[in-house]
Amino acid sequence: MNRLLAEDIYYLMVLGRKFEYAAKEHYMQGDISGFLHLDIGQEALSVAAMKAFEKGDVFATYREHIMAMARGVEPKAVMAELFGKASGVSGGKGGSMHLFEPSRFFYGGDAIVGGHIPNAVGCAYARKLQGSEDGVMVIFGDGASNGGAFFESLNNAATQKLPLLFLCENNEYAIGTNIKRTAPFKEQSKKAEPYMMTMDVDGMDADAVYEAVSHAKSLLEKGHGPLFLEAFTCRYEGHSVSDANSYRSAQEMAHCKAKDPIELSKKRLRELWGCSEAEIAALDTKAQEAVDEALLYAKSAAEPEIGLLYEHLFVEEV
Amino acid sequence: MLYREALNRALDELMQKDESIVTLGEDVALYGGSFRVTEGLVEKYGEQRVIDTPIAELSIVGNAVGMAIGGLRPVAEIMTGNFALLAFDQIINHMAKLHYMSNGKIHLPMVVRFPQGVSRQLAAQHSESYEQMLCSVPGLKVLSVNDVNYAYHALKHAILSDDPYIFIEHELLYNKKGEVNFEQELDPFKARIVKEGSDITIVSYLKMVDDVMEALPSIEKELACSCEVIDLCSLNPIDYERLKASIKKTSRLVMVEEDHKTGGYGAQIVSWAAEELFYELDAPPLRLAGADVPLAYNRALELASIPTPQSIAEDIIAWGVKSNV
Repeated sequence: MNRLLAEDIYYLMVLGRKFEYAAKEHYMQGDISGFLHLDIGQEALSVAAMKAFEKGDVFATYREHIMAMARGVEPKAVMAELFGKASGVSGGKGGSMHLFEPSRFFYGGDAIVGGHIPNAVGCAYARKLQGSEDGVMVIFGDGASNGGAFFESLNNAATQKLPLLFLCENNEYAIGTNIKRTAPFKEQSKKAEPYMMTMDVDGMDADAVYEAVSHAKSLLEKGHGPLFLEAFTCRYEGHSVSDANSYRSAQEMAHCKAKDPIELSKKRLRELWGCSEAEIAALDTKAQEAVDEALLYAKSAAEPEIGLLYEHLFVEEV
Repeated sequence: MLYREALNRALDELMQKDESIVTLGEDVALYGGSFRVTEGLVEKYGEQRVIDTPIAELSIVGNAVGMAIGGLRPVAEIMTGNFALLAFDQIINHMAKLHYMSNGKIHLPMVVRFPQGVSRQLAAQHSESYEQMLCSVPGLKVLSVNDVNYAYHALKHAILSDDPYIFIEHELLYNKKGEVNFEQELDPFKARIVKEGSDITIVSYLKMVDDVMEALPSIEKELACSCEVIDLCSLNPIDYERLKASIKKTSRLVMVEEDHKTGGYGAQIVSWAAEELFYELDAPPLRLAGADVPLAYNRALELASIPTPQSIAEDIIAWGVKSNV
């Protein structure tokens, strides 16, 4: 970690949170439709994991707006996608849950819980066969770690000694059901222990996440087989905007928000890196401007032509 | 050359030329493949490219999707159609959709091959056909293989294409003999005229094509007619042009398929003909398909639940008499 990187991570976290609140507002106004899964509260994990894994392939879930932006996708391309516009990152065909940018080695954006994990395993197989040292990272929630795709993937990745980091984003809730009601323990890494080395990290602490993912990445690069990193985190909002979050008490939410990841990073900028209030405020302003610009762009961007309905069904037309 | 040898030859030739082609599935490497399609490949290309997988079909296809994203050209083998059901999430939600959902940014050059259909007394969980489900999923190209020459050319085409293919074989065809014309430029999306005729168009695919051909002499004799037999080959997309030309010539359509009748694949062909060629038809179309029951173990019950050469002949003759062929 250095000051420049700390500032960048802080900026992307603030950008992410402002972006998500703006998306929520425009969902309420009807500009954005479908499902909208907000990442508020989990910014440290989403941003720092991406920054630590810049070189390498990433497979993410439907809660991926901030990850895509941390990966280098422009906020306006993400917002335009949420608005369903032609210049959205997926041409208005994917929406909030399906952001793809292969040029940034970012492969979605998958909305079948756990369904993308076997895809990450296959990609890691390809990388190993091709002799690449960069490795693959797959991010999934605690809810995915009860499904068959997850267990098959642990088995295959370990058997083939693939360069794959399993990053479990444990916010304790699968939509509205607490993990303790669907699994025998809260720590999902216990399921991976027979297969691979496991680690855990405070997912609300960007520096800790950055260090943990960097460490995992360096092990992958050295040919250490698959690794499992569990990040404990907290989702401030409901599962999606249409979820009123009524299953968590005010007390639980207060406890969950007590260690806010953005406040923690801000404190570190001041105390560890000597940033002035003005410098921090400038980062906040820059983030707000990026969100404003993204909104302006998304609102005025063109709708996809109806004639494009059949475009990209196949690479080769028959 | 045998059907399975033609498939093996297609894989072998291409794997030799292109290191990005891999094949994966249960028992494909050391065992040589359940139906010997991948026999000998591991000795030539090694275990890294001929990959024995666990019995976990979701991962066979799910991993193939990821391999394709990562720049390989995977050919996944599923042991039989019924087992492919475990991979349907990957086939339908991932393999068929990633190219479209990503607005063309993700390419999936991959093939999922499996045999299906009634073999001999394998009972309800090893005998079914699923082309009707897979052909209703946009984003997949679905080929079916009756013919040895087609097996070779169509598999090569599917492997070399940048699109995702479902490649359906039949358990009873692996030892079928035929000639391969290696020099031919075969378009895998063109239906194949197995026999030309002028009075009835009989459309079929996979093993039923052979059963129709077996039934043909008695049909043509009893009805004193000449039948045109068409092997669809590509089930999606469908070569409607060739079907249309044939039906315009014969004015009669019979569809023969092995899957269950309700919601079965042939319903698409017959409904298309009703919509597009109603006034060309001199008789109501006839659709011969499997009974709407799970496949039974007992041989007599099993045969009673699918069209056979005998039942095809009887049913077409009865229909022909009634419709004044």
